[in-house]
Amino acid sequence: MRIFALVIRILRQFVRDKRTMGLMIFAPIFVMTMMNLVFNGENYVPKLGLVNLPEQMKDQLNLEGAKLTDYDNRDLAEAAIVNQQIDGYILFEFFSPTIVLEGSDPSVNQVVMKWVQEAFKSLQQATPLQEPKIKFLHGTSDMGQFDYLGPVLLGFFIFFFVFLIAGVSFLRERTTGTLERLLASPLRRWEIVVGYLLGFGIFTMLQSTIIVAYAIYVLEMLMEGAFVYVLIITLLLALTALTLGIFLSSFANNELQMMQFIPIIITPQLFFSGLFHLETISAWLSWIGPVTPLYYGANALRDVMIRGYGWNEIYRDLLVLIAFSALFLLLNIFALKKYRKI
Amino acid sequence: MINEEVIVATKQISKSFGKQAVLRNISLEIYKGEIFGFLGPSGAGKTTLVKQLVGLDLPTAGENYVFDQKMPSLPIVEKIGYMAQSDALYSELSAKENLEFFAALYGLKGKQRKMRIAEVMEIVELTDHLNKLVSNYSGGMKRRLSLAIALLHEPKLLILDEPTVGIDPVLRQSIWNSFYELKKSGTTLIVTTHVMDEAEKCDRLGMLRDGQLIACGTPEQLKQITNSPNLEEAFLVYGGAKA
Repeated sequence: MRIFALVIRILRQFVRDKRTMGLMIFAPIFVMTMMNLVFNGENYVPKLGLVNLPEQMKDQLNLEGAKLTDYDNRDLAEAAIVNQQIDGYILFEFFSPTIVLEGSDPSVNQVVMKWVQEAFKSLQQATPLQEPKIKFLHGTSDMGQFDYLGPVLLGFFIFFFVFLIAGVSFLRERTTGTLERLLASPLRRWEIVVGYLLGFGIFTMLQSTIIVAYAIYVLEMLMEGAFVYVLIITLLLALTALTLGIFLSSFANNELQMMQFIPIIITPQLFFSGLFHLETISAWLSWIGPVTPLYYGANALRDVMIRGYGWNEIYRDLLVLIAFSALFLLLNIFALKKYRKI
Repeated sequence: MINEEVIVATKQISKSFGKQAVLRNISLEIYKGEIFGFLGPSGAGKTTLVKQLVGLDLPTAGENYVFDQKMPSLPIVEKIGYMAQSDALYSELSAKENLEFFAALYGLKGKQRKMRIAEVMEIVELTDHLNKLVSNYSGGMKRRLSLAIALLHEPKLLILDEPTVGIDPVLRQSIWNSFYELKKSGTTLIVTTHVMDEAEKCDRLGMLRDGQLIACGTPEQLKQITNSPNLEEAFLVYGGAKA
């Protein structure tokens, strides 16, 4: 089987190039460990729902500094929170408020709690009121910033390194003349692309397993969902990175030019994939997120790792990732036409 | 001597990159079992021409036929052994691993693969260096390994782009001896070169200059017609430098 020959060759090259192999596994581990140590929060305007708020109370509360929506009953607010339209809601029963938080982003939790304190300050002076009860839909009050950023970083590093290494290896195949040599053999164009996909796929599976295991068990990143979902997501994300890397490598003439894709292709994905709150980003830039693969990968990872969701919630993101991979795959087969027409 | 079975036929092929013409209206036939040499300086279009015969490139005008099939054609590609001008080897792998990879691409398996690898390494005299990493090979050794890879699947047609660059005279002689052996077994060889004394060893020659086929015939014919003592002189006559 010709593809199989290609897969074995790629894996052999990996084993020989220990430094690159080390980079792909240890660089993400190293950077995530650093991030774990240093990360801090940011400014954010919370979106809250109000349920059964008595009119006389509304006048007394200081409601500035948040986007507020009134809900007629608890179920509507609950639905809004699950769809992530609001960060939390305040429920009034018998004049005692309960605050329910979506809870997956600790920086948002903090902002909401601070806002609630401010809002209720004036009220507490007028009428003695019970201390508000706080409930979390996801997460807990002791969830750290890193727990929220972690899934995005996890996806990002796997994406980044697979993109770079796959792009550079394919570029080398082109510049050393071996690609031309392959095309002077009966190997078909799609076999070359699929061979690369499988060869790197096997390695990426190993890489993802190690990095995910490290993040969860050593860095103790929050992990509510199933390990296997995380692996599936990272693998699909890696495949997208692989096909994109190989495709873009045909527009680079050397390794340095491959590096030049990092600020153009990679960095924006990091910024717009949910590492920072999308609402704090200018509206004219916010369209970037939904056209990048990492946006979907990060979203799915967060759903599994923080919110503990499963198949039903993540399959749409996974389908988008598969669509991205398929698109890049076709573009690759097409791009190889430059070297052999059939 | 020449068996009249046509293996390669180029029909009025031209190639241009933008405004620059690289090949101009070349028509020729190469017969079964001959060693055909393309002689010309670098930039004459030798590599462009052989790439078209392997199916890596397309002519702008005209048609190439190999084994009576219009190129490019994947089934025909399987019958061709190609050695590119640059050594297309994976330097982080050993010679054996490179050979195994390319052998698998041509569908060689198990015992047969092992046997062929041993045979071709014998021909290029690299048997002792089979397990060495290619990154530790010298330029000449890489050249020979590339040749070994081209020979692996016992192709009926061998297309070799500057096969003996950087190889010492003794070894070059032994490689040419293996070319004659292959020729005897019915293999057709196409060789490009810019070295005149190597051109002498070919059965027939095509002289290329600025993308034009300025002469075609046996080395003896070319010398006789131009009344030249050697091929270099003959080339000058055909190139228009000498009346």
